[in-house]
Amino acid sequence: MTKGLTIIGAVLGLAIAAGAATGQDAQQKALNDATKARQAQMQLYAFNLGQLGAMAKGDVAYDSDAASAAATNLASLARLDQRRLWPEGSDDMSVDGSRALPALWENLPDVMSKGSDLVTAATAMEAAAGTDLASLQAAMGAVGGACGACHKAYRTPSN
Amino acid sequence: MIRAITSLAALGALVLGGGLWITAPDRVDPDAVAGLVGVPARGKDVFDAGGCASCHAAEGATGEARLILSGGRAFATPFGSFRAPNISQDPDHGIGGWDLADLVNAMRYGTSPQGQHYYPAFPYTSYSRATLQDIADLQAYLVTLPADATPDQPHDLGFPFTIRRGLGLWKALYLDHGWTVTGELTAAENRGRYLAEALGHCAECHTPRGPLGALDHDRWLGGAPNPSGSGTIPNITPARLDWSEADIVAYFTSGFTPDYDTAGGSMAEVVQNLAQMPEADRAALAAYLKRLAPVD
Repeated sequence: MTKGLTIIGAVLGLAIAAGAATGQDAQQKALNDATKARQAQMQLYAFNLGQLGAMAKGDVAYDSDAASAAATNLASLARLDQRRLWPEGSDDMSVDGSRALPALWENLPDVMSKGSDLVTAATAMEAAAGTDLASLQAAMGAVGGACGACHKAYRTPSN
Repeated sequence: MIRAITSLAALGALVLGGGLWITAPDRVDPDAVAGLVGVPARGKDVFDAGGCASCHAAEGATGEARLILSGGRAFATPFGSFRAPNISQDPDHGIGGWDLADLVNAMRYGTSPQGQHYYPAFPYTSYSRATLQDIADLQAYLVTLPADATPDQPHDLGFPFTIRRGLGLWKALYLDHGWTVTGELTAAENRGRYLAEALGHCAECHTPRGPLGALDHDRWLGGAPNPSGSGTIPNITPARLDWSEADIVAYFTSGFTPDYDTAGGSMAEVVQNLAQMPEADRAALAAYLKRLAPVD
């Protein structure tokens, strides 16, 4: 009888441990997924900025339609609701491949304000990109500045 | 017996004397700086290349506020936490009373006007290669900047690093005025070497250090753990950095990488300084980086 109870106890214990592990796995997966999603968003920023940058530098001939399209994408990306992409605990100490510093979550009002600076700069780019090359070039600096401001404060370096 | 004690005492005196001699702070010969006249406009270029504002402006300062060199920023290291001092023109709390020899002693020898050693958190191990004329120009520019009366905050270090005199030994081992990249250099590579190894002090973050904090010259600019946080400062030798010279100049100008990522962390601050520099100097730095020995 005692033996039977011990076995049932052991089985229950195992089941609880497994349940906890599954819970942890699910939580970790959610953090990993959010990290991957926001990194994908960063890739999309970079891709569209690349189109604009190639024209700004003169590597590619200026094309007002292509410039407008890229700038519209950029501004739409900046306006995405990102609240679910930055869950607390998805910093560089907790998620493989994350370069976000824990300080980001300690300074959310500043992060929001830097995010809104990007919206402002990308909106200005949206208005400028289709006008002419000089306007596009003039708008690049503010976009770079807005990206850099957040990377300066809240991203760890990586090789 | 008495003779043995006398010999021992003599040996002791010799060791102590030698120790004091080795650890005594070095200074410039005043005659060497006597005739120099600095040009403020040129000094601004030295100021930007040296990245003075990155450490000595208040934390988070932007725009014109970066010219108020009130100090106070904390730098966490394995030896403790260092605080950047006030180097504004305030005569009491800054360096308003300094003459050119004082600035040369600080930058090239790590020696204060009171004859104390500075800690090498102040990168005099790189500035030791700065020309006297550049320091004269810098001095002429610094005196045009505002005074600020913010008092210095003390460093927070563990023993034995609190004993400044011990730094004399460290300097005898590690403070030198020579170059790491040697051999035939073009004019641009030569200028780039001066900007990188002397004023820009790139190696202070990009080169790994030994246990006593000395730079590993065999892995020059080969990447190192971030001195002030998590992550790795990248390897910027041709073994890892495959950007073209034009890519590097574009990065130094706009902060954009060829993939349209941007500079982050401390490098964002560095790019702010680089962007102020003459275009030819950014190109010279790019030429120098291409000339580095690859570090795998």
